[in-house]
Amino acid sequence: MREAWHRLGRNPLALGGLTVIAAFLVCAAGAPFIAPYDPYAMSEGSMLRPPGPEHWLGADQFGRDILSRVVHGARISLRVGLIAVGIALSAGTLLGVIAGYFGRWIDQLVSRLFEVVFAFPDILLALVIMAILGPSTTNVMIAIGIVYTPIFGRIARGSTLAVRNATYVEAARSMGVGHGMIMARHVLPNITAPMIIQTTLSFAFAILAEAALSFLGLGVEPDAPSWGIMLSEGRNWMQHGWWIAVFPGLAITLAVLSFNVVGDGLRDALDPRLRGRGDVP
Amino acid sequence: MLRYTFRRLLLALPVLVGISVIAFFMVRLVPGDTVTALLGAHYSEAEAAALRQKYELDRPLVVQYFVWLGHVLSGDLGVSAFTGEPVLGTIVSRLAVTVQLVVISIGFAVLVAVPLGVMAAVGRGGRTDFVATVFGLLGISVPGFWLGVLFILLFSLYLGWLPSGGFVSLVDDPVANLRHMAMPGLALGMAVAAVVMRMTRGAMLDVLGEDYVRMARAKGVPRRRLIIRHALRNALIPVVTVTGIQAGYLLGGSIVIEQVFSLPGIGLLALQAITNRDYALLQGTVLFVAVAFVLINLLVDLIYARLDPRIEY
Repeated sequence: MREAWHRLGRNPLALGGLTVIAAFLVCAAGAPFIAPYDPYAMSEGSMLRPPGPEHWLGADQFGRDILSRVVHGARISLRVGLIAVGIALSAGTLLGVIAGYFGRWIDQLVSRLFEVVFAFPDILLALVIMAILGPSTTNVMIAIGIVYTPIFGRIARGSTLAVRNATYVEAARSMGVGHGMIMARHVLPNITAPMIIQTTLSFAFAILAEAALSFLGLGVEPDAPSWGIMLSEGRNWMQHGWWIAVFPGLAITLAVLSFNVVGDGLRDALDPRLRGRGDVP
Repeated sequence: MLRYTFRRLLLALPVLVGISVIAFFMVRLVPGDTVTALLGAHYSEAEAAALRQKYELDRPLVVQYFVWLGHVLSGDLGVSAFTGEPVLGTIVSRLAVTVQLVVISIGFAVLVAVPLGVMAAVGRGGRTDFVATVFGLLGISVPGFWLGVLFILLFSLYLGWLPSGGFVSLVDDPVANLRHMAMPGLALGMAVAAVVMRMTRGAMLDVLGEDYVRMARAKGVPRRRLIIRHALRNALIPVVTVTGIQAGYLLGGSIVIEQVFSLPGIGLLALQAITNRDYALLQGTVLFVAVAFVLINLLVDLIYARLDPRIEY
């Protein structure tokens, strides 16, 4: 594992991604101190003001400062990402490890359940869940968490299948160690690598999904400074000012790109099979 | 092959049943119901009861499910409470838009991604590979709906080349149709192109390391022929699979793009059904999209089995 982290440290793209993620984390944590204005404060004099010294990224149709809203938006996106991925990781790992470890009908049941959920396009499923729960930040986290649970479940199941008959697991079983303890102490530590990679990549999916749901009006609270909501408003006002739609989209892209780059870097670092493939003729 | 097809169909059956259960019960969990949505804020209980009876909403949920399933199996997805039109007819009338959007996206993706993926693999570590890597990363990271907004800003508002939204049927006016579908198709296809390019590059790198490619090279097979005839032909098998699966995902991904460009497709229909709390329409749309997704995956599996002789039937 240490060698893998060392390899990740030598990947300039992944390091760049980590730096951008760190910058977003700083923005999210210190938003009230970093943002130059209150993200909700309207100003008649600043309506549709283009980027300039007073408003670096311009102001929207209500005169709200876009930079301040983008900085506060990082809070929403990262919080949604963290908790949604947390839900999917916990539920998916639990279900996947149980299915892979016990096999038989439990495996059949869980695998079919995953297949059924997979059959629904993620945004459509999230939309219907949001229609049931109603627009709010908490509900977005739950909806995205449910939608991405089978992804983690499938990976956890596959990885568990690969280790469930390993000698050390057999040895623990023959010593009378309980199933719960075997799964926690012997299976889980051996499936962490693919789960870490998927967690990082899922952050990117979660940020995109939150933005898409909010863009469609079924995401976070309508007045919240979410990047998706800002983009949706910007689309309606783009003939009056390009900046309203461009900067929130740029923030989404940068955040998603960073998580994807780090995810790719982690995959290269943790999965040696992917390195040195192929010969060029 | 027939036995394999039959076996795959049998395996898909429990999934289809699961889809019907989720599509039915999940939509029923949406707060409020069609009756209250139809009658508005002021209505008498008698009016509501009459409507509930008309739409069979007064029966137990499990009974409602089986009645609904029976109708679905006979090709009747119900009637939209809002428009009074049959749901299946409404879906079919919107299908052409979404299918065309998906076809344009996939076509664009394959045209760009396969050559770029091959060139990146052949020139591994070089300039083309770097460009392809950047394209792959940006493609999966840029939200399609933002790309759509950028396209509108550039090509509609500033340059005035293309219309910013709406739809014209291909039959009515092919040129106007293409002008309306170009931007949504590209915006939706960019992510697919990135995924297909990454897959092509990876598959090509795998194949280029195989013994038979080395052997062909040692025998003096010309480079172009080696890449296209020996390597690409085999590398394309997983690429076809990924492209097919992406086509299924695009059915869902089109929701946001259809909203950006006001395209009257299946995605926008689902969104309208949610907004109007139109149970029958939402159930029908969700069921239709999920079943289409399963069938596309099934088809991809069968094509894969046909292309790869190592798969046992």
